[in-house]
Amino acid sequence: MKYSKNFIITANEQLDTRCVLLKMQPSDGEMPPMRPGQFVQVLVPAAKDTLLRLPISINNVEDGQLWLMVQMIGEGTKALGSLPIGGALNLVLPLGNGFSVSEAKGRVLLVGGGVGIAPLLYTGRALRENGAEPIFLLGARTADGVLERELFEQIGRVLITTEDGSAGERGFVTQHSALQTERFDKIMVCGPKPMMVAVARYARQKDIDCEVSLENMMACGLGACLCCVEKTVKGNVCVCTEGPVFNINQLTWQL
Amino acid sequence: MATLSVKIAGLSLRNPVLTASGTFGYGLEFEDFVPMCKLGGIIVKGTTLQPREGNDYPRMAETASGMLNCVGLQNKGVHYFAEHIYPQLKDMDTNVIVNVSASSPENYAECAAVIDTLERIPAIELNISCPNVKDGGMAFGVTCEGAASVVKAVRKAYNKTLIVKLSPNVTDIASIARAVESEGADAVSLINTLMGMSIDIERRCSRLSIGTGGLSGPAVKPVAVRMVHQVARAVSIPVIGLGGIMNAEDAIEFIMAGATAIEVGTTNFIDPAVSGKIADGIGQWLDNHGIKDVSEIIGIVK
Repeated sequence: MKYSKNFIITANEQLDTRCVLLKMQPSDGEMPPMRPGQFVQVLVPAAKDTLLRLPISINNVEDGQLWLMVQMIGEGTKALGSLPIGGALNLVLPLGNGFSVSEAKGRVLLVGGGVGIAPLLYTGRALRENGAEPIFLLGARTADGVLERELFEQIGRVLITTEDGSAGERGFVTQHSALQTERFDKIMVCGPKPMMVAVARYARQKDIDCEVSLENMMACGLGACLCCVEKTVKGNVCVCTEGPVFNINQLTWQL
Repeated sequence: MATLSVKIAGLSLRNPVLTASGTFGYGLEFEDFVPMCKLGGIIVKGTTLQPREGNDYPRMAETASGMLNCVGLQNKGVHYFAEHIYPQLKDMDTNVIVNVSASSPENYAECAAVIDTLERIPAIELNISCPNVKDGGMAFGVTCEGAASVVKAVRKAYNKTLIVKLSPNVTDIASIARAVESEGADAVSLINTLMGMSIDIERRCSRLSIGTGGLSGPAVKPVAVRMVHQVARAVSIPVIGLGGIMNAEDAIEFIMAGATAIEVGTTNFIDPAVSGKIADGIGQWLDNHGIKDVSEIIGIVK
């Protein structure tokens, strides 16, 4: 079941210069069940000219609160990130398939780049509750860009790479030494496409099952507009309904 | 409560609200949000004789108060529709209309003939105005001869209500409307999307995979209202109006311009429940203004 629901902002926390964490609760008090890796479509209030909803992945669901991470880039995300406590938002949710958390066993590497780390918090928590061992590999340009680090550390081991070396190892996530020295049973990735392709390539080489979360531009989020398609072995499919999470074996990426 | 029912030739609608093809899937995607019994009908995704993969990603670019798309008629073909999708739709409590596209008059007719056999589909909407496919589509909709040739072929093969969806990308839309009327179209719907383009200046390329796309959303509404007004005065068959309708007031604007029914399109993406709200809103507006029947205001603006 999908819902169109009003939420009230309960917290707006600055994570870094461009990114905020919005916490919100449903105004009717009834939080729909949501799976890790799913997303919501946010109706941006009072953004002139902005028409479509913004798809945003679920960062966490905790204590009756939904957490959404917002990177303020354009007019819509700036309006959203500036919402005060008590502000109201309409969301269509929950959307998409999510990571295959319940099937994952053993050591699961969760790789996130920049704001792409957003869905990994809720996913990591669910993995741990299911008896798997989540290990986070978080990449950012600088130490400040490693968002929610303390929260990840509460759930599992955290590996970090930064492009300037100001935290963790210097370089990209795929250059982290753990990828060469350790063994993983499963990999889940969310971040910029070049990063996801690089991680998928590593997974393919090491023969590790790997899922990526895509963020193709979309309009409806419901499988109606057919705008967000990704080429797969089954042909063009909607990322909003068949994804956003895909096993790399389903994709036609050159790996 | 005002009377909302209208007739499009032989097709009775409980209210003037239809959903536009390509914006409402097969209705199934929206059942969590709007009961189908609230709608006059739904027009399902464009269907072609053979399956189509559509255009490459990216297919969508948001623009000021609108969006461009170049989906390119991705669908699994009319035979798949008849076998696998129709069984899920045939008991829906609304009129299910199929939008049909093709690359030749013969293919249009063949596709329409397949749909003619589906008992619970009371009408088709011929898409002679898709701006996003190379073979056919809009090519037929931009000349009187092309439009007439498609309608002539389909009219022979299809016996139920035949709606023809017109392209706004023409010099004189009224003459195209007259051409399809003279070949036996039962109604016209307009407007399809306006051809547009949007450029990513940093990457120095179009934001759409095929360069151009069709513009929809509130940005196109004044153009659509003008064209509905123009066409309603040029033909005697019913006109179905669409283009940027966001709410009941917008719908009434189209009705006053001459539309007997309206289609809700892009705004379904923003509020999946909006089509039902628009149907309710039209009724409320009529009640508030002491109007007993929606037909009293159809084409009231001269």
